[in-house]
Amino acid sequence: MSFLLGKNMTGGYGGADILHDCTIGVEKGEVAVVVGPNGAGKSTAMKAVFGMLNIREGNVTMDGEDITALTPQARVQKGMGFVPQTHNVFTSMSVEENLEMGAFIRNDDISGTMAQVFDLFPILKEKRNQPAGELSGGQRQQVAVGRALMTQPKVLMLDEPTAGVSPIVMDELFDRIIEIARTGIAILMVEQNAKQALNIADKGYVLAQGRNLYTDTGEALLADPDVRKAFLGG
Amino acid sequence: MDILNALAVLFNFLVIPAMAYGSQLALGALGVTLVYGVLRFSNFAHGELMAFGTMTTILVMWMLQSVGITGGFLPTALIAMPVGILVAVLLALGTDRLVYKFYRKQKSPPVIFLIGSLAVMFFYNGLIRFVIGPEDQNVADGVRFIFTAGDFKRWSGLDEGIAFRTTQGISILVAILCVAALFWFLNKTKTGKSMRAYSDNENLALLSGVNPERVVVIAWVLAASLATIAGTMYGMDKTFKPFIYLQLLLPIFASAIVGGLGSPIGAVVGGFIIAFSEIAVTFAYKKVIGYLTPGDWVPDGLVQLLSTDYKFAVSFAILVVVLLVRPTGIFKGQTI
Amino acid sequence: MTISIRNISLFAVTALLFVIVGQVQSWSLSLSILNLCLISAIMALGVNIQWGYAGLLNVGVMGFAALGGLAAVLVSSPPVAAAWSVGGGNLLVGLLIAALTVGLIVWCYYDMRGTKRRVLIAIVAVAGYFATRAFWDPAADAIEAVDPAATGFLGGAGMPIIFAWLIGGLFAAGAAWIVGKISLGLRSDYLAIATLGISEIIIAMLKNEDWLTRGVKNVIGLPRPVPYEVDIQQSAYFQELAADWGMSIIELSSMVVKLSYAGLFAIVLLIVLYLSETALRSPWGRMMRAIRDNETAAEAMGKDVKGRHLQVFILGSAVVGIAGAMLTTIDGQFTPSSYQPLRFTFLIWAMVIVGGSGNNWGAVLGGFIIWFFWVEAEPIGLWFMDLITSSMDESNPLRLHLLDSAAHIRLMAMGVIMLLVLRFAPQGLIPERRR
Repeated sequence: MSFLLGKNMTGGYGGADILHDCTIGVEKGEVAVVVGPNGAGKSTAMKAVFGMLNIREGNVTMDGEDITALTPQARVQKGMGFVPQTHNVFTSMSVEENLEMGAFIRNDDISGTMAQVFDLFPILKEKRNQPAGELSGGQRQQVAVGRALMTQPKVLMLDEPTAGVSPIVMDELFDRIIEIARTGIAILMVEQNAKQALNIADKGYVLAQGRNLYTDTGEALLADPDVRKAFLGG
Repeated sequence: MDILNALAVLFNFLVIPAMAYGSQLALGALGVTLVYGVLRFSNFAHGELMAFGTMTTILVMWMLQSVGITGGFLPTALIAMPVGILVAVLLALGTDRLVYKFYRKQKSPPVIFLIGSLAVMFFYNGLIRFVIGPEDQNVADGVRFIFTAGDFKRWSGLDEGIAFRTTQGISILVAILCVAALFWFLNKTKTGKSMRAYSDNENLALLSGVNPERVVVIAWVLAASLATIAGTMYGMDKTFKPFIYLQLLLPIFASAIVGGLGSPIGAVVGGFIIAFSEIAVTFAYKKVIGYLTPGDWVPDGLVQLLSTDYKFAVSFAILVVVLLVRPTGIFKGQTI
Repeated sequence: MTISIRNISLFAVTALLFVIVGQVQSWSLSLSILNLCLISAIMALGVNIQWGYAGLLNVGVMGFAALGGLAAVLVSSPPVAAAWSVGGGNLLVGLLIAALTVGLIVWCYYDMRGTKRRVLIAIVAVAGYFATRAFWDPAADAIEAVDPAATGFLGGAGMPIIFAWLIGGLFAAGAAWIVGKISLGLRSDYLAIATLGISEIIIAMLKNEDWLTRGVKNVIGLPRPVPYEVDIQQSAYFQELAADWGMSIIELSSMVVKLSYAGLFAIVLLIVLYLSETALRSPWGRMMRAIRDNETAAEAMGKDVKGRHLQVFILGSAVVGIAGAMLTTIDGQFTPSSYQPLRFTFLIWAMVIVGGSGNNWGAVLGGFIIWFFWVEAEPIGLWFMDLITSSMDESNPLRLHLLDSAAHIRLMAMGVIMLLVLRFAPQGLIPERRR
């Protein structure tokens, strides 16, 4: 039983089902990666876990508690952090204000958490007073991840965090994500760059047409000739 | 050549009135821009909201005056204004509950909100005329001048005087206080920041746990308060007449758009740009030129670029230039 | 059948209202209301073309209607020869320079770049402005000095006023072209605000350009397209008719005049309605609706969204201009200060919303019902206030205030009606037909 588990999820955005009996989950301190071709339902699966669409069948549990009926906002309160793929920073607000907004639901002292985020992403400390909209793509992603970390979540969910950033920045970002996982946070992410992502994954899910195709450790998936041929370009 | 006297004329008839008018426009435009930033529509009922708040202020002022309470050397309306603000806030919140909330739930496009605000404008307009009638009302009492033209002449020894009316002084001072308080609220408090965040990126704000209905309530409270203050200042400085507030809508929208719809700093800057251009273009420069040119050379006409009746054209022309050159306004709009 | 029983009965009920007014108040009043209802219906059709077909928000209906009124003056008033001789030439030169200036600015705008463009535009604008005024101001002053009590303006072309209906449409179309060029393609709010602005400017111009419109001195006694009451009263035929029907000749003559107006207006209404319906059914109408419902998709299919919007905005404004000219025709005078946004812009919007946006029959019905209500709300409001305050003393200040303010209730009522329709029947009384 994973710490966060979306089990046998079936559903869509109201029309036809997009997910069919799909299961994804992640343990504390681990990185789980969801990969698959375009239109495989990767992002949809993630959104289903976060409560952004209604699933007809299946359930979502966190730490053994059934959270299927909760709104996304309530899930944030329960300890889930979510970084959307696009529009994931407040462009007109400074980096520091972005982080403060991340901690909006907290009423305790947030300076410690902010210092941790600045330790993790030193560039943000340097640019703390600059509007997030003026930062580069990679830096924006750091702000987005930092913002989500400000609630001190138990689970961090990332929707294609490396979309549109250069390979160097991508490696750097993955390093940081591993670092975050080491602090005991469960990380679930959807990735387009399957090879690199599976490299750092403790667990990998290969989806196609809303179904689980392969589920294994990242290493094993990378080694699997079928997966390589079909999804990783040989 | 008499630069000092020329400056005195400019100050008396251009700079001081424009400062006062600009303050009033800025306060009005701030309300429009806040509602736009949070609810994402241009509120055509804002002018009437101003008129309504002012009307309530006047009614309370009359009550105070009838029991012998006045503001002394200050206008009594200032004491009455908090009640006016309160009632205007209640009206705005009630309207939101009965009208706009439904469309928010339906996720209607902004244009539906806009048409709703037209209907609301109709209603407010009738309400105001029903209660206080369509006539002029005098809002200002107390001491009329901080210093008169005569005072200034005696003090400076110049031929031209500068008069500074109490209501002008109050308009400028109140605008400075309101703007300072608003910016402190938006930039320093958690609630204010959550409002900016909501305006910037609604979905992300929801993910961060911001309660949208609370943000909307605060936006209306601020907009109605600013509207009442702006309306009362304008009424004190000029006169209260219900239909004038409908006409103020154009310069107010122009201010908000020139600055960038949704940007509070833009609304303030836009207000002053519109006010100064409006008065500068319709100002008769005859006297100023007379003082600045050597000898007794004085031009025949008034040397006025446009007749005062065309002041709307100034707001409009500026609006057009902004729409053509930079539709997002000076400070990039669309967010608070 | 495209027109259902429901719609027919709605129109029948409206017709009944006129009969009731005819019986209870007077037939003459009933016909007066009918005439303005016909004009309102045309105006509502114009706004419906913009809003219902294309989703364009025109909050400057007043300005376009006033341009129609201006056309009525310029077409039908007799020319003032003296005014033309003292200032006509210079005025035309001024106009030419102004046009040249604008042309140069536009040319600079499109043909140059950067600082050079900005400097040149500024120079041309300033020079053009002063050159125009050098000719314009003395000309305007001279014209306004020609017998100011009676004329003081250039007068018109002295043609039958009925031509003004067409010219009014053209004037409004021209103004719409300018506004549309500037503000279409931006957010819908901007068009609304820009039209609000242009309408205020048009009214300011009509009030202040005395050489053109006599300003607030008004132009009265515009010629009519129908006979005058006095002429009818002279006619032996009508004298006999009145005697036969047991009516006073004065009443009969006034009714004949009103009926002839009604006939003319009805013809225009039917033509506009026929053309609007035909357009709506045509491929063009289908495309317009497609653009309205999904602009992005229509654009992706290669439709020129901005161009089509401009087209429909101009057409709708032209219809409003025609109605504006008709309104000035029936008034027989042009009074710029009578143009109030509540009456000329927002009331028309109420007609479209209540009638049913997107449906021409709905707009017509809305025009009838809302105008009828607008006129009749005043006596009804007064009666109502009298009723609820009847227990109060005659001189009770509250009673006096309420009776005094009864007229303003209709504004509130109109707001409430609009809000109720928007909320509970957003399609209006006659919903748009889905095909």
